[in-house]
Amino acid sequence: MSETAEKVKKIVVEHLGVEEAKVTEDASFIDDLGADSLDTVELVMAFEEAFGVEIPDDAAEKITTVKDAIAYIESQKAA
Amino acid sequence: MFAKGIAPRRVVVTGMGIACPLGLGVENVWKRLVAGESGIAAIQSFDTKDLPAKIAGQVPAGTRETGGLDLSEWIPVKDQKKMDRFIQLAIVAATEAVEDSGWKPGEDDEEGRCATGVMIGSGIGGLPTIYEASVQVFQGKAKRLSPFFIPSALINLASGHVSIKFGFKGPNHSAVTACATGVHALGDAARLIALGDADVMVAGGAEAAVSEIGMAGFCASRALSTGYNGTPQQASRPWDEGRDGFVMGEGAGVLVLEELEHAKKRGAKIYAEVIGYGMSGDAYHITAPSETGDGAYRSMKAALRSANLTPGDVQYVNAHGTSTPLGDDLELGAVERLWGGDARGLAMSSTKSAIGHLLGAAGAVEGIFSVLAIRDGVAPPTLNLETASKDSPIDRVAKVAQERPIRVALSNSFGFGGTNASIVFGAAP
Repeated sequence: MSETAEKVKKIVVEHLGVEEAKVTEDASFIDDLGADSLDTVELVMAFEEAFGVEIPDDAAEKITTVKDAIAYIESQKAA
Repeated sequence: MFAKGIAPRRVVVTGMGIACPLGLGVENVWKRLVAGESGIAAIQSFDTKDLPAKIAGQVPAGTRETGGLDLSEWIPVKDQKKMDRFIQLAIVAATEAVEDSGWKPGEDDEEGRCATGVMIGSGIGGLPTIYEASVQVFQGKAKRLSPFFIPSALINLASGHVSIKFGFKGPNHSAVTACATGVHALGDAARLIALGDADVMVAGGAEAAVSEIGMAGFCASRALSTGYNGTPQQASRPWDEGRDGFVMGEGAGVLVLEELEHAKKRGAKIYAEVIGYGMSGDAYHITAPSETGDGAYRSMKAALRSANLTPGDVQYVNAHGTSTPLGDDLELGAVERLWGGDARGLAMSSTKSAIGHLLGAAGAVEGIFSVLAIRDGVAPPTLNLETASKDSPIDRVAKVAQERPIRVALSNSFGFGGTNASIVFGAAP
């Protein structure tokens, strides 16, 4: 698991109060991890803070799974 | 305005819950109150060096078992950050009250859920939350504000959260009348039941303004006691000649109010009946009570009128009595004027002497104390009342609780803006 993936999962566990085992890469924040729309807004803000990246609203809307978050952050860091 | 077939209905108290400076749990708090204990102490949760008032009544930490607060026993950790402390305290008190009442309509009882409403108010709401968000914006981090900021601070979210937790789908409402909030919430909720808008209402008040900004604000309006920082338990001394302002308190009180037949049908335990409610406005000053105590007088008079009682029918008054130089004797004068020759024989105490002034939660917590005064035939004491600044034929229950037959109790709450409310409880029918 990449460093980014590990950090993303840790943030998700902390913010949504879910077990680590449930936070698989395919897990959907809303459907699988019990988040509501406000939780996902807060989650995206936590990613921005932790990785020093800016995630605009239109990009944030497309981040619905753990995998989406990892991919977006890695693409930003590579750019 | 009246649903078909609904004549005004009788309303009783079937559940109660408290979180206050004397701890958690109605029986625990009542026992300590009657024993003359105080919940006032030096503030430890933040630095008070820039504040002239350095003491308050704060909900003690502990466990439910020991009568203290461990939030994780009541609210999942991930949800705690979505609500200001006043909402957290409301949930704690409401949970105790609902469990106590035994009224928990399940998902299969849609009718029961829709007939059950919530009306929990607050005087100020999420003041610490607003403060923290303001600092963030000031630091140029407006874009980093939590999406939970607004719902964490809004006053009616206490009612909102409680309704979501228990699935109560009836009227969802909040009273906001400063320090009169608690009584307005109870009285208005009782009227909703009486008029048929709901069969059950979970009603009360919650406050958590013991924060730097809250303390500084009340210090600025010269309302707080500043002369007893070294002896906190002596600071709240209603009617005593040495009083110098109120002591801030935090907490929540919640009552389950229920239509009498509804309660009887399910065999609920009935503590007392809500038999009267009255309100008035001073139309005088934003923070000072009217010089004649006229607002208090008219509020109590209206409450007794709605109860179809005369002053002589009341054995106990739980006073607003905040320990301010002006307010205490004005209220006393208003009670003397209304009770006239019946003043002798009346017991009136201020339980703020033990827990401080819980602002929007005060009326609800004191409503619970009034109900228990009837149940147990005990008038709780006014601590620190050594030498009264004014003589009175009314027994102010100085320092030690008194056993007395109490069938009817009246509780007062008055708030900034010149808003007054009085509620009358009678023995269980």
